[in-house]
Amino acid sequence: MPAKTYVQTIINGEHVDLLCEPRQSLLEALRDVVGLTGTKEGCNDGNCGACTVEFDGRIVTSCLVLGVEAEGKEITTIEGVAQGSELHPIQQAFLENAALQCGICTPGFIVASKALLEQNPDPTEHEIRFWLANNLCRCTGYDKIVRAVQDAAVKMQEA
Amino acid sequence: MTQTLDYEPNMVLATKTYDVVGTRPVRHDGADKVTGRALYGADFATAGLLHGSILRSPHAHARIKSIDTSAAKALPGVAAVVTSADFGSDSDAVVDLGEGATSLKWLRDNVLASDKALYRGHAIAGVAASNPHTAEEAVGLIEVEYEVLPPVVTVEDAMADGAPILHDDLKTEELGEQTDTVSNVAQHFQHKKGDVSKGFAKADVIVEREYRAKTVHQGYIEPHNATALWNNDGRLHVWCSTQGAFTVRDAMAQLLDMPVSKIRVTPMEIGGGFGGKIPVYLEPVAALLSRKTGSAVKMVMSRADVFEASGPTCGSWSRVKIGGTSDGTITACEVELACEAGAYPGSPVGAGAMCALAAYDIENGTVDGYDVVVNKPKTAAYRAPGAPNAAFAVEQAVDELAQKLDMDPIELRLKNAAKEGTRRVDGPTFNRVGLVETLEAMRDHPHYSAPIGENQGRGVAVGFWFNIGFDSSVNLAVNADGTVILTEGSTDIGGTRASIAMQAAEVLGIPAEDVHPSVVDTDSIGFTAVTGGSRTTFATGWAAYEAAQSVKKQMIERAAAIWDVDADAVDMNRGVISSKSDPELSMTFKELAAQLGSSGGGISGTASVSPTGVGGSFAGNIVDVEVDPETGKTDVVRFTAFQDVGKAIHPSYVEGQMQGGSVQGIGWALNEEYYMNEAGGMDNSTLLDYRMPTSLDLPMIDTVIVEVANPGHPFGVRGVGEANIIPPTPAIANALQRATGTRLFETPMNPVAITAANGD
Repeated sequence: MPAKTYVQTIINGEHVDLLCEPRQSLLEALRDVVGLTGTKEGCNDGNCGACTVEFDGRIVTSCLVLGVEAEGKEITTIEGVAQGSELHPIQQAFLENAALQCGICTPGFIVASKALLEQNPDPTEHEIRFWLANNLCRCTGYDKIVRAVQDAAVKMQEA
Repeated sequence: MTQTLDYEPNMVLATKTYDVVGTRPVRHDGADKVTGRALYGADFATAGLLHGSILRSPHAHARIKSIDTSAAKALPGVAAVVTSADFGSDSDAVVDLGEGATSLKWLRDNVLASDKALYRGHAIAGVAASNPHTAEEAVGLIEVEYEVLPPVVTVEDAMADGAPILHDDLKTEELGEQTDTVSNVAQHFQHKKGDVSKGFAKADVIVEREYRAKTVHQGYIEPHNATALWNNDGRLHVWCSTQGAFTVRDAMAQLLDMPVSKIRVTPMEIGGGFGGKIPVYLEPVAALLSRKTGSAVKMVMSRADVFEASGPTCGSWSRVKIGGTSDGTITACEVELACEAGAYPGSPVGAGAMCALAAYDIENGTVDGYDVVVNKPKTAAYRAPGAPNAAFAVEQAVDELAQKLDMDPIELRLKNAAKEGTRRVDGPTFNRVGLVETLEAMRDHPHYSAPIGENQGRGVAVGFWFNIGFDSSVNLAVNADGTVILTEGSTDIGGTRASIAMQAAEVLGIPAEDVHPSVVDTDSIGFTAVTGGSRTTFATGWAAYEAAQSVKKQMIERAAAIWDVDADAVDMNRGVISSKSDPELSMTFKELAAQLGSSGGGISGTASVSPTGVGGSFAGNIVDVEVDPETGKTDVVRFTAFQDVGKAIHPSYVEGQMQGGSVQGIGWALNEEYYMNEAGGMDNSTLLDYRMPTSLDLPMIDTVIVEVANPGHPFGVRGVGEANIIPPTPAIANALQRATGTRLFETPMNPVAITAANGD
């Protein structure tokens, strides 16, 4: 077995140290080493977006980042989106707009949508669709996901 | 910014209202799924877990001459290697696991090939190791000697004289008779009504065309997965993402030759299925590896494995001949439908043939179906399996007939619409169905009369799916605080915990939020068939209704006992139990629940049902497309989905089914296909190259829920999951014809096909 590398990161606001094989992706490290299984694997080649996480302020598909590259980085996963017992307005909007069916793509969509609204608090429908085009959903046809993001944008601006 | 529209994008044409049924509560499993807490199959872990990997055939068609696993076994970290020989059985008994009778040998060979590899990606051997990377490495060390054979990957090639034969022992069943002919055609059957030659003789106009639909995949985002533990007490426990935990249990019992009572299947959350997560693939291999190692073994497919070794649904060839009189009466229709079964017999052609002409009240019709094996993965169900293939052909032919008769395509369909009492060409007579109401809603919708732009075209089509009943079980138990625990055996793919809980809540007169549903394992609930066939809200909902009726009856009896009156003198309405004669005697459901412990003990209700009052569902689309005249790129610019769902229990999730099915149909129409190379392999087995629609490819999908109650269900439910995928492919073809003047007869109708057809 290849030697492991000692990696120091901040995950969801907490300092996390982990031992990572050089061949392990960040997705694998998050799921199998740290135990944060909310980030999902759908394709392992960057095309489905189910493993989207925030990585030093931008969103990445964690299957295309190596675990060792997380050294010194700040990562937010789906487990870090809610503030304690308070759901994030995007999470609440996904629930109220029935924006999920099977739910496997939902963590990636929520992380990506959160990044969008932080950067562009009042996106057009086209801007939402463009931003989310790297996140595949096979259940919903995206209609209710787009509406949930629109709804969250309105509520976040009112707040 | 939300756009202001001059119409309601999501309409519900309700015919009856209730307190809970028809409302839109937040789903019960919602919080887990938006926080990442929900545990799907790949999230499962247990102590001492080993990881498995599978060696897959690089050849689409090859005889397996030998398998040498010694180098793999010698790799440090490898715990065990298994091949087909580890099943220890050569039984070819006929078994039925709910998807039609098939041979046990074929089921076993699809899990691990014995004598032949029949598609690229066919599993040959399994390895268990201390981590997934070591298992993958070991797979690369297994040496297999193949005799490579020529592949055949389309029904037309497979049916041709001199075609390579997949199974030397497969003999064609011809119109119910077993023949001695060895061929790739497993079965040819025919449905017949009236006399088509007489019907065509009466016709003023006849259209006859051939159509081809490409193989497509269900495309669920979660890859197949399974963890198995063959415990020291001889019991096998499986954790997996499946549409049917009991179906997995039964399949494992057959494949491993053990009693069902020794197998426990825990269904994890499932990340999409659409029919493709009914068969077992990894579960038996993980079980064999666990038996050899004594440890739990977990296996997860890669995306390429998902494409090359699971699903897909069939590609098909079809021919339609349809005739009508100048007043728009269809006098005869002849359909031939040949569907790919994949490597082993059992394509969706049977269902496709049932649905092909179901929308039309035709005096004279025939449907011929052919079940054809090809060197592709064994097809699995995919949302109304077979019906989209048939509709792509029939709904285009009907459209062309309307054009030739210079009739509005909705009016032509209305004139010939099947209704209650219509005898279908495939035999059954319809009970109450809502096709006419669906077509009228389409005709009257503002979309149908909206202006249309340059390079745009508008198309319509309809589709039918029969839906199924089958077995379901539900247990209810009343908590002291007046809430109710609901346990069920139907895995929840798209919100059925909510739709089932809401039916119990309606009967008990309590809020949906007061019922707490759980999907439980096969040791914890009565037999429940797959989540499929659009049956779950119908059949498991019915079980919830029956179980709730039992609780209601017991609550009434308990109140009567507390009040010392006759139970017949007590009633329960909207969650209040009261005496029919004495207004002083009244309690809420909560108040009585609090007294159960002190008045004789808890109350629970249970029901196992197999409802027969199944109601079929019709769906229709109006779609506007815009074609770039230079590139042939098509944009769907407006899409309205209509469906008779009987009764929408939770309209948001009904709309979600309609929207999701529509978009899968749009993908099938415009982009998706198994792109096969000369060697019979799939060239596009990634989600980049197998291009499913993204959010950017689509407009909002407007919906109209039509409610024509199914008389065979207490709330009128028909089931909504499938019919919606049927109309999009022909509706888009019909729209493209209006936009470009050219009709396309093959999916996908991509820019290459459109520019070629327009002679560029």
